[in-house]
Amino acid sequence: MYPAQFEYHSPASVQEAISLLGRLKDDAKLLAGGHSLIPMMKLRLAQPKHVIDIRKIPGLSGIKEDGGAIAIGALTTHYAVESSSLLKQKCALLTETAGTIGDPQVRNMGTVGGSLAHADPAADYPAAAIALGAEVVAEGPKGKRTIKVDDFFKGLLTTALQPDEILVEIRIPSWPVGTGMAYMKFPHPASRFAVVGVAAVVTADGKKVGVGITGAGTKAVRAKGVEAALSGKTLDAAAIKAAAEARSPQQGFLANEFSWR
Amino acid sequence: MTTATRLFGSAIKRREDPRFITGKGTYVDDVKLPGTTHAVFVRSPHAHARIKSVNTAKAKSAPGIVAVFTGQDVQTGPLPCAWLLPGIKIPPRPVLAQGKVRYVGEPVAIVIAESAYAAKDAAELVDVQYEPLPAVVDCQKAHAKSASQLFDDVPENQSFDWSIGDKAKTDDAFKAAAVVVKQRLVNQRLITNAIEPRACAASYAPATGDLTLWVTSQNPHVARLLIAAFVLGMPEHKMRVIAPDVGGGFGSKIPVYNEEVAVCWASKALGRPVKWTAERRESFLTDAHGRDHLTEAEMAFDRSGKILGFRVATHANLGAYLSTMGSLVPSYLYGPLLSGVYTIPAIFCRVWGVLTNTAPTDALRGAGRPEATYMIERLMDLAARTLNMDPVELRKKNFIPADKFPYQTPVAFVYDSGNYGPALDKALEMVGYRKMREEQEKARKNGQYLGIGLSTYIEACGPAPSSVAGALGAQAGLWESALLRVHPTGMVTVFTGSHSHGQGHETTFAQLVADDLGIPMEQVEVVHGDTGSVPFGMGTYGSRSAAVGGSAIYTSLQKIKEKGRKIAAHLLEAAEGDLLYEGGKWSVKGSPDRAKAFGEVALMAYLAHNLPQGMEPGLEVTSFYDPVNFTFPFGTHIAVVEVDPETGHVKILRYVAVDDVGKVINPMIVDGMVHGGITHGVGQALWEWGAYDDQGQLLSATMMDYALPKADQLPSYETARTVTPSPVNPIGVKGAGETGTIASTPAIANAVLDALAPFGVTHIDLPLTPSRIWQAVKAAKK
Repeated sequence: MYPAQFEYHSPASVQEAISLLGRLKDDAKLLAGGHSLIPMMKLRLAQPKHVIDIRKIPGLSGIKEDGGAIAIGALTTHYAVESSSLLKQKCALLTETAGTIGDPQVRNMGTVGGSLAHADPAADYPAAAIALGAEVVAEGPKGKRTIKVDDFFKGLLTTALQPDEILVEIRIPSWPVGTGMAYMKFPHPASRFAVVGVAAVVTADGKKVGVGITGAGTKAVRAKGVEAALSGKTLDAAAIKAAAEARSPQQGFLANEFSWR
Repeated sequence: MTTATRLFGSAIKRREDPRFITGKGTYVDDVKLPGTTHAVFVRSPHAHARIKSVNTAKAKSAPGIVAVFTGQDVQTGPLPCAWLLPGIKIPPRPVLAQGKVRYVGEPVAIVIAESAYAAKDAAELVDVQYEPLPAVVDCQKAHAKSASQLFDDVPENQSFDWSIGDKAKTDDAFKAAAVVVKQRLVNQRLITNAIEPRACAASYAPATGDLTLWVTSQNPHVARLLIAAFVLGMPEHKMRVIAPDVGGGFGSKIPVYNEEVAVCWASKALGRPVKWTAERRESFLTDAHGRDHLTEAEMAFDRSGKILGFRVATHANLGAYLSTMGSLVPSYLYGPLLSGVYTIPAIFCRVWGVLTNTAPTDALRGAGRPEATYMIERLMDLAARTLNMDPVELRKKNFIPADKFPYQTPVAFVYDSGNYGPALDKALEMVGYRKMREEQEKARKNGQYLGIGLSTYIEACGPAPSSVAGALGAQAGLWESALLRVHPTGMVTVFTGSHSHGQGHETTFAQLVADDLGIPMEQVEVVHGDTGSVPFGMGTYGSRSAAVGGSAIYTSLQKIKEKGRKIAAHLLEAAEGDLLYEGGKWSVKGSPDRAKAFGEVALMAYLAHNLPQGMEPGLEVTSFYDPVNFTFPFGTHIAVVEVDPETGHVKILRYVAVDDVGKVINPMIVDGMVHGGITHGVGQALWEWGAYDDQGQLLSATMMDYALPKADQLPSYETARTVTPSPVNPIGVKGAGETGTIASTPAIANAVLDALAPFGVTHIDLPLTPSRIWQAVKAAKK
């Protein structure tokens, strides 16, 4: 597997990376964990002329509490998320989700920011990010801006990021103690990507509900119909069953296209 | 020696493993020759197209380029098919496409550069203009007058129409039947995925005219014969083929491939070494695929459940060309297996070998035998349900009784030995069959769907004998060679015609030799895979290494000991008949002090100072062992699964395997083969599928799409053995490399369908994916 020729850049700061992006535009690709980009380059499905490796930029990884939210650096690996005691305590949904990605090798290299920015329609994090009501912090030539997760995923492999912006952080709002969270997926037997993955967050009082679905369409979506059917209800088996059937009509499912699998 | 300390039968750790697990093996890609050039192939993106033009001008001026050759340059003989069936049509398979391409991945040009990167970049500059033609993928649809034809002179794309058994007798059996079960069964296309991709490196020496080819081959001598004599048309003795450490074959490294010939041709043309290593995607697209049968199978029973007849009609997908053993696998490795472990008075099997716009098919672990076994065992379960009998009882009722061996089946085979009841009983006991059925009942009441699936299988190892194979169309013998060279110090080098690509021959064969000679294993070295040092051998496939290769070694051992005894008797001034060979020395019966050690005798053989009159010096023997028959391992596998009808997910709860592979040289290695084999067959049952779309594009051409089994999807296997030695060969072994694969696919399929019985689901095509299971349950509920 031999990728086409490319030039390698290793900027030392986010600003340097942004100016490279601004200069090289569509000819450039950012490299974080590389678990989507490098296979595509090896198959020559992607042939960027420039690869900007952001892994050596300091300060882009780590998980910390920051003004009531949890801030996760874009370069934080899936393994770091999976094993974070802070997340286990405050946002177990993310540790659970990270633990279902690929295999240990993938989790040791792949990054949260890379996964969200790549916006693979079958990636795991997007469902969790939607259910949690996360925010994505993007940095560009004009500085930082915050994008709500519901505005972030635009379509197949496309996000709200501008060509000269870099995803630098993910912010998870705080959920009250006792909030129930879970991620369940039906993994593809070969790739382990989600054929369908569902993340759900429900507060103890049942008033606040978040449900994200990944894998079943061209992008991850919020299951608004399910959320509406659940919020404020006593969560017995009948209510859950009814909610599961309250599908949102706008969701175009891809299932048939993969029926040979 | 006591039995307990015998090397034969000991679980000795594999001596090859330290070098493999420390990354010190020498695989073809590790061969670094001075001045090596690197090849990349330009391949067809179309399943079927006419080549309008190939423009190589740009590529030829790319940086680092050495040469570009197309089908117009590389004029050699076609790649051979080595098994001829009556009336078979074998359209020529060119090394590089000539005028037309017939499957996605077919090589059109070879691009050679100073580095692999440069070659890959230059290959993108080769401009091939195609005129696409309609593609045929499904072998039943291809077998029709209206279907697009791959070759002008192969109407209906039919390469052969082969049958075995007695049609009239079988038809009569069906007329007399009380119950007939009938099912259309699919053995889906599989892709082997050996961990080491195919690779080859050729080096031609213009000064001497010698050509050396390093290649990932299971049978280097066969590769040399076919490439030198039939494709390149060069003297066989001027070519040396080396298959060094090879990382898995599973059948896909038996055939002779385009790339191997192309690098030989190019090295000769350029006077420089040329090397090629497949990318994983090329492995998916161009390694010989396996299986791909569509079958109508029906079995006739009397009211008591006795089998009366078995009728099978199969369309076998050969791919775009006949691979080296492409015609053998769906014919003589398939039809003769259809008696299974059962007394079946009448069998008739017809097979149409059909060409399609897909990668050529050939052997894939089990090769023909899993296809047959899946069918028999699925029909046995369908029949049990129809007859309202327990599947165990139905099987027992039809087993060939232990006192009927050797047993002549109605489809050519004579089974060497067998005792099927004890293996079944042992497996039932291990799984706790009665209790498991009770649990299944209970679980069903709680809305949990457990399934118990049996597979009582037979396997045929070590195809033989050569004379019969020849009469049936083989273009090769089926014997094996073994050269035993005893050195003056009593050290032994074994040169075996078998080839190890994971089987552990360096350990098992050393065990066999050291055990028989009563010398430490450290004194024995095993050499294989080099036509420059090993006598002509047939290589490794069809679980033949121990039964045929091992027997060849055993034969040489006896000849070595015979000569050794003569020398020892001479030195001891005793009669040969008075000598005993034990513990590595010859001694005079009754006076153990009068003895000559193996090493002393070896030394004298080379000193030649004091040998019996007229005896030649030296201690070295070559044997060619031609077995009189196949060997027939057998056993019972039982799978217990839970199926979630809401998602179609299958969880394997338990897997019990009781195999009878005859005598066992190294139980640890056999266990490893059984485990790997089971996993391979589970893959076919549940996940693996070499899926083409209607245009002939391979949909599962990466590891992201082709679902190989993973450790966390599998339970810990519970394995055991019964031992029925084979009377066919002198060491009593049968073969273990493929039993698991043959047995496990139907065991899993039967278990899944047993779990779904409450829904009335009787059949789902392989692989039993969640979506298929879910749809079948949904359809049944309607």
